[in-house]
Amino acid sequence: MISPLKFFTDNFNLTLSDIENLLSSALSRGGDYADLYFEYSVLSNLSLEEQLIKSANRAIAQGVGVRVLSGERTGYAYCDEIDVNAIRTAASTAAHIAQSAANTAPIKVTNRQPARNLYDVAIPVRDEPLKRKIALLNRADSAARSFDQRIREVQASIVDEYKIILIATSEGLLIGDVQPLMRMNVNCIADDDGNLQSGRMGGGGRDSLEFFDQNFSPEFFANEAARQAILQLEAVEAPAGTNEVVLGPGWPGILLHEAIGHGLESDFNRKGTSAFCGMIGQKVASELCTIVDDGTIDARRGSINIDDEGNPSSRTVLIENGILRGYLQDRLSSKLTGAALTGNGRRESYQSLPMPRMTNTFMLSGQDDPESIIKSVKRGLYAVNFGGGQVDITNGKFVFSASEAYLIEDGKVTAPVKGATLIGHGPTALTKVTAVGHDLALDTGVGLCGKNGQSVPVGVGLPTIKISEMTVGGTKG
Amino acid sequence: MEITTELLSEMVSSALKRGATEAEAIALESTEFSVEVRLGEVETLQESASRGIGLRVIYEGRQASASTSDTHAESLEKLVAEAVEMARHTSPDEASVLPSREEFSNSSNPDLQLYDEAIATLSTERKIEMARACEAAALAFDTRITNSEGGSCATTLGRVLLVTSSGFEGEYHGSNCGLVAAPIATSGEQMQQAFWGESQRWLKKLSSPESIGREAAHRAVRKLGAHKVSTQEVPIIFDAPMAGELLRNFFEAVSGESVFRRSSFLVGNLNESIAAPELTIIDDGTLAGAVGSRPFDGEGLPARRNVVVENGILRSYLLNSYTARKLGLTSTANAMRGLTGAPGVGVNNFYIEAGKTSPEEMIASVKNGFFVTELIGFGFNPVTGDYSRGASGLWIENGKFTHPVEEVTIAGNFREMLRGIEMIGNDLHFRSNIAAPTLKVNKMMVSGD
Repeated sequence: MISPLKFFTDNFNLTLSDIENLLSSALSRGGDYADLYFEYSVLSNLSLEEQLIKSANRAIAQGVGVRVLSGERTGYAYCDEIDVNAIRTAASTAAHIAQSAANTAPIKVTNRQPARNLYDVAIPVRDEPLKRKIALLNRADSAARSFDQRIREVQASIVDEYKIILIATSEGLLIGDVQPLMRMNVNCIADDDGNLQSGRMGGGGRDSLEFFDQNFSPEFFANEAARQAILQLEAVEAPAGTNEVVLGPGWPGILLHEAIGHGLESDFNRKGTSAFCGMIGQKVASELCTIVDDGTIDARRGSINIDDEGNPSSRTVLIENGILRGYLQDRLSSKLTGAALTGNGRRESYQSLPMPRMTNTFMLSGQDDPESIIKSVKRGLYAVNFGGGQVDITNGKFVFSASEAYLIEDGKVTAPVKGATLIGHGPTALTKVTAVGHDLALDTGVGLCGKNGQSVPVGVGLPTIKISEMTVGGTKG
Repeated sequence: MEITTELLSEMVSSALKRGATEAEAIALESTEFSVEVRLGEVETLQESASRGIGLRVIYEGRQASASTSDTHAESLEKLVAEAVEMARHTSPDEASVLPSREEFSNSSNPDLQLYDEAIATLSTERKIEMARACEAAALAFDTRITNSEGGSCATTLGRVLLVTSSGFEGEYHGSNCGLVAAPIATSGEQMQQAFWGESQRWLKKLSSPESIGREAAHRAVRKLGAHKVSTQEVPIIFDAPMAGELLRNFFEAVSGESVFRRSSFLVGNLNESIAAPELTIIDDGTLAGAVGSRPFDGEGLPARRNVVVENGILRSYLLNSYTARKLGLTSTANAMRGLTGAPGVGVNNFYIEAGKTSPEEMIASVKNGFFVTELIGFGFNPVTGDYSRGASGLWIENGKFTHPVEEVTIAGNFREMLRGIEMIGNDLHFRSNIAAPTLKVNKMMVSGD
């Protein structure tokens, strides 16, 4: 891994003492803490459609965010130029939040390395020739088109990001990270005599293009997207009302992200605005459920060596055998509530403030056989793929929308159903989990989580589970 | 370095010298300020200026783009070289053409009043006061308002510059000021939050902070005591903000990007009846002083007024040059672009024309039905029109509200929902660039117990 400190000092004519002086400027009106967030990122996007490589795009973003904390108050400013004078202007703007005497103690920063490298990528995707990426997209296109004659449109894209960050704090921390990220997405449209249906699949991680040889191939994503589009041609109305629901392994873990993950972010709990406030130690799920947020898994989309405040990522047990154990912390909430840091202070870019965010959130495997779980259901819904979800943090109501689901009739998976939204209440939904399979799977790596207008990459995971009752938003009463 | 149209022209020329057949440069500059006040105290104060430059090049029908926030001369030259090099690797596509001189020069918009000096000169103290007043009005509204996610005030001053090799050169400034309140109401074990806010280009058009705070509090308090209802098919009234949500979904189906990809349930329906005959939907980029107005679109075409649906008949899709060529139509000047990538399609001021019925009359017309005030989730499929979203609001019996409702979904198909619009409210107000009056739909499936 290249040294982020060396990258920023060499390329932008900065020295360690500049960084120290800038931190002092940030605290020139007082305040408890200041940090600088240096970022240089290159985002590339290559897309195929109508069997043409329609566009190749590359965006370079670079800048520095300056944050000053004073009690519960936060001052923030950023600049697009990585230049001492521009950063000093931002620092003096951010400094305005504090209104006391200057913090005159000298600031000395010491460069440190992250304790581990979860994504030691030999050749980042941005350095790969366009030809190699084009070949992967063409493979996806042919696979989807040969899956079924009714596949009429195929869109495929490879998006990759290469981000170098460096964080300097008034407490003396100086630490950086190089964060590669890539994914492929395939969308298919099936057309059967005017009956149009769509299917989509994708995946990736903090990985090189070797991902497509070692994990999932372009053909895998293409076949899955095509299969889902064709399947939907035959879909029947989804049931309306309360149903027994079986969720398949992997991406349906978005249930956890929406039902409990957001509600356990410490900013909402510190402010008393989450439906999970004050529930640590209480039962919020069936004893079959143990749920963790783990930012330390090799090469996963939601993994990070350090968070965007410079703290190491970790594995945090959120729910242990049904009992609520902990919240996800950023620095501000951890300080204000006296809780230990969990390495979940993340931000979209230098233009935005860090907040408590999830990394990879999943439920651990249980004892049940997935097939027996389905067999145990007389009448219900089996949902294996989802689109997005959303939650109202305060009343705990959450939704997530099934994109591939089937009826279960007398213990057998039968007709595919049209897309339907599932709705529930976070603090009680998981108390109705009555079976947990031994087949935990993480998703393929496409998750993007939005909060206060900021998006960060995340992962989810789930074994097959059975929920005794959940409201399904179909049209068939 | 100051960003000017001359600088962009130089980049365009440099791209042509390097072999591009066409080029288009855009620059976006903005100064942003925001303050969040929570429980009366300033919680965050953010202020920044940002800018970036993007270049799109076409080389014998092959398209590529590059952008950067680094505006040093050598970085820009590198950007030009990189964009032209990338374009050599993409595929020729005859629809990838910039608008010609005839297309952008045959009309131009008068002063659209997009910039308010009063927002530019608003002091930090005044912005903090407005945020504080917004939250304070919410907290004082009712004793059941016990907490808050705060009140906020945000301003943006922006500048857009666009230069193309076909001879277009344009620049405009815009201003924006937004206020939001997010109070929390509590009763017994139940805690409910509501957001209410507004964004305007002109300070004098913005509702008072107090009225925004009070409306947010009213919306939070009336959610208290909410519970599920049983599963049933009933008439649905979408309040004005939620009717606006339907319009956002509708946009996905009339966007040229969906239509040329056959990813819309409205493919092939031009000039056919698709909705109740009272429904008219307009997109207008030329309304003076409105949030979504602009003199030219992302490709330099003068903004226009497009009738999308006229008395229930689909009259136009919303198109940029690319999607128009793909469909054998002409651009509606709805190209929307950021710094990177080819232009997409977006709306200007997109709205449903007001009808004659008051919301009160609409509520009074319902014997047993659901008045929807919030929707969550992403359960709309523009390819099929299938619709299923989480909803909350108020139950109506015999023309009157009986109790708040939550944890239910509403589902149907958009095609039937459009035909099933029975009443259109007289209450159209622009609180952002997408606006609709209250709408009554004859029936949808409500899923609950």
